[in-house]
Amino acid sequence: MHRQTVQGWLLLLPAALLLVTFTHFPTAATLYHSFFSTAKPSRPSVWVGLDNYRAMVEDPVFWQVLGNNIWYALATIPLSIVLAILMAIWVNGKIPGRSLLRLSFFTPTVLPMIAVANIWLFFYTPGYGLLEQITGLFGLPSHNWLGSQSTALPCLIVVTVWKEAGFFMIFYLAALQSMSPNLGEAAALMGAGRWYFFRRVTFPLLMPTTLFVLVNAVINSFRLVDHIIVMTKGGPDNATSLLLYYIYDVGFKFWDAGYAAALTLVLLVILAAFAMGQFLFLDRRVHYQ
Amino acid sequence: MIVNAIARVTAALLLACFAGGALPAAAQQPVEVSFYYPVAVGGPVTKIIDGLAADFQKENPGIKVKPIYAGTYQETIVKVLTALKSGEAPQMSVLLSTDMFTIIDEDAVIPFDDIATSAEDKTWLKGFFPAFMLNSQTGGKTWGIPFQRSTIVIYWNKELFKEAGLDPNRAPANWAEQIEYAKKLTKRDASGNVTQWGLKVPSSGFPYWLFQGFTTQNDVLLMNPAGTETYYDKPAVVEALQYWVDLSKTHKVMPPGIIEWGTTPKDFFERQTAMMWTTTGNLTNVKNNAKFEFGVAMLPAGKRRGSPTGGGNFHIFKKSTLAQQAASLKFIKWITSPQRAAQWGIDTGYVAVRPDAWETPVMKQYVGGFPAAAVARDQLPYAVAELSTHDNQRVTKALNDGLQAALTGTKTAEQAMKDAQREAERILRASRR
Repeated sequence: MHRQTVQGWLLLLPAALLLVTFTHFPTAATLYHSFFSTAKPSRPSVWVGLDNYRAMVEDPVFWQVLGNNIWYALATIPLSIVLAILMAIWVNGKIPGRSLLRLSFFTPTVLPMIAVANIWLFFYTPGYGLLEQITGLFGLPSHNWLGSQSTALPCLIVVTVWKEAGFFMIFYLAALQSMSPNLGEAAALMGAGRWYFFRRVTFPLLMPTTLFVLVNAVINSFRLVDHIIVMTKGGPDNATSLLLYYIYDVGFKFWDAGYAAALTLVLLVILAAFAMGQFLFLDRRVHYQ
Repeated sequence: MIVNAIARVTAALLLACFAGGALPAAAQQPVEVSFYYPVAVGGPVTKIIDGLAADFQKENPGIKVKPIYAGTYQETIVKVLTALKSGEAPQMSVLLSTDMFTIIDEDAVIPFDDIATSAEDKTWLKGFFPAFMLNSQTGGKTWGIPFQRSTIVIYWNKELFKEAGLDPNRAPANWAEQIEYAKKLTKRDASGNVTQWGLKVPSSGFPYWLFQGFTTQNDVLLMNPAGTETYYDKPAVVEALQYWVDLSKTHKVMPPGIIEWGTTPKDFFERQTAMMWTTTGNLTNVKNNAKFEFGVAMLPAGKRRGSPTGGGNFHIFKKSTLAQQAASLKFIKWITSPQRAAQWGIDTGYVAVRPDAWETPVMKQYVGGFPAAAVARDQLPYAVAELSTHDNQRVTKALNDGLQAALTGTKTAEQAMKDAQREAERILRASRR
């Protein structure tokens, strides 16, 4: 008995070590550092208590960035998931050119982010960009897509949905393929319509995948940096700045490590709350086969 | 910490071994100097830098210069400061000249006056264009050596000038002419949509730099030389911003909203705009890609002519041995010698940083065949220091945000500059604490 316990712990040790080194220790360290001012050669880091958090509450950029991020998450997560399901169902059927279609849906995922952002930058270019050429055909006036506060964030959302949907489709496709064809045949015998079948059979069976995809989508919606750097640098006037990009700004442009730690903790709390909700609440409603 | 201590003890032991027995071998080892250089991808510039490092080593077998390509300017300083904080700083780097206060505050670099002490060194230090030294010196010391430096110039499409009935060989000379020309050069189709803009002044990423063109021309400075005060809300600054805003709002000769820095040269090649403001560092790019005759001139004058300088400086880092510091200095002196500075300017389009470089035969021949190359140099007497303060990035961001708010119309010029000044004031007060 005792020996088994020791053996068990030994087997867990490598994983536990990694977890502590790369997850728990950094988290604790971030919390600790967020109570200190940033060290400069002339004035060492001192305990400032909640000063960094007080600064955050008074920082209008932080609130704007948080708001941007909430809108960004609310738009990208459902859109990319719905699109992913639709695409997966489409390419799961027996249609001509199926492999090519699957490949083209998946392509955005394998392209390097920076290259993708550069291509989209030219799509959005006012005057002769792809989007302008299309709207020009209908005689619509020219619009500065990335240069207006009202359209810059939606433009980034479109790029993200385009990129994420193909990735999530792969998981849905895999789930659909593992579904027994008997179910469809049985439903057809009972005279169930396609929509009814989807709502009552397919979608519930896809729930484990949806949960997995949802967790990923939430994380992704809070960790976008590269597209922002290439396409807008957070502008105009912070209209496209998201939380992680702002943390990068504060941490590696302003070198304000203390404030960056405090911001990181906020990000961490948000993500932890989401994950908690997903695993505690949604998990109960998910049927595993 | 523990790892660090072990490394130190090991190093000390190794050193002791060398001192004991293998000293002659150690003396033959070349001094190795790592050199962070801001380039994002491979290409012509990395080839030039690699070539220069190799040439230098051939002439100086005792020194090995190791270029490390570190990405954009922004990525390079991130890497340099991160390396510094982990105790592995490079010996030498090219960084934005505006990062001067940041690296001084981080106690990262040494002033050149401390190592360039011979009479010859002192003459060399005095040999650069004074305008470039404005962002390289503070508190009576020289912290950076100008290398790839630039100013903003105006490019124009001579064909479109002819079409509009303007003298194709003459750029707008002042603010009023700039508007007048741009009006003639802006074309609209039947439904009123613009098919060709008169002027584009980019405003993405670092709008403060182009804005300094307008403020300098309006005869006002944005900060003090000590980098402790900003003047964003002075009436003359607001006036300069109002002029910029009005180009699109009132006169409708520039597209509304933010104009992307990166695609502006392409807009120019595509005849989307007849004139553009951009760095002289784009000269070689425009020369290779414009399918029409183009002109390059100093920026139009307001109350006076003016442009900020821009670009990167050499710095030597504190955490290096005396031998490495001497080797770095030798390399920097070598690469900024008249002959090399001239060749560098020709190859890249940056302004050769010393007057004597412009007296070399290669440069004289180049300018003779391509007079546009000398415009940026001729503008230097009117140039001012690029915006740079303590807590530089944050103070600059306050201004950038304000500029973009005014250009997109969410704030008036006056409100935007008031907000920016209040924010800068708050940040600088904290850094004076």
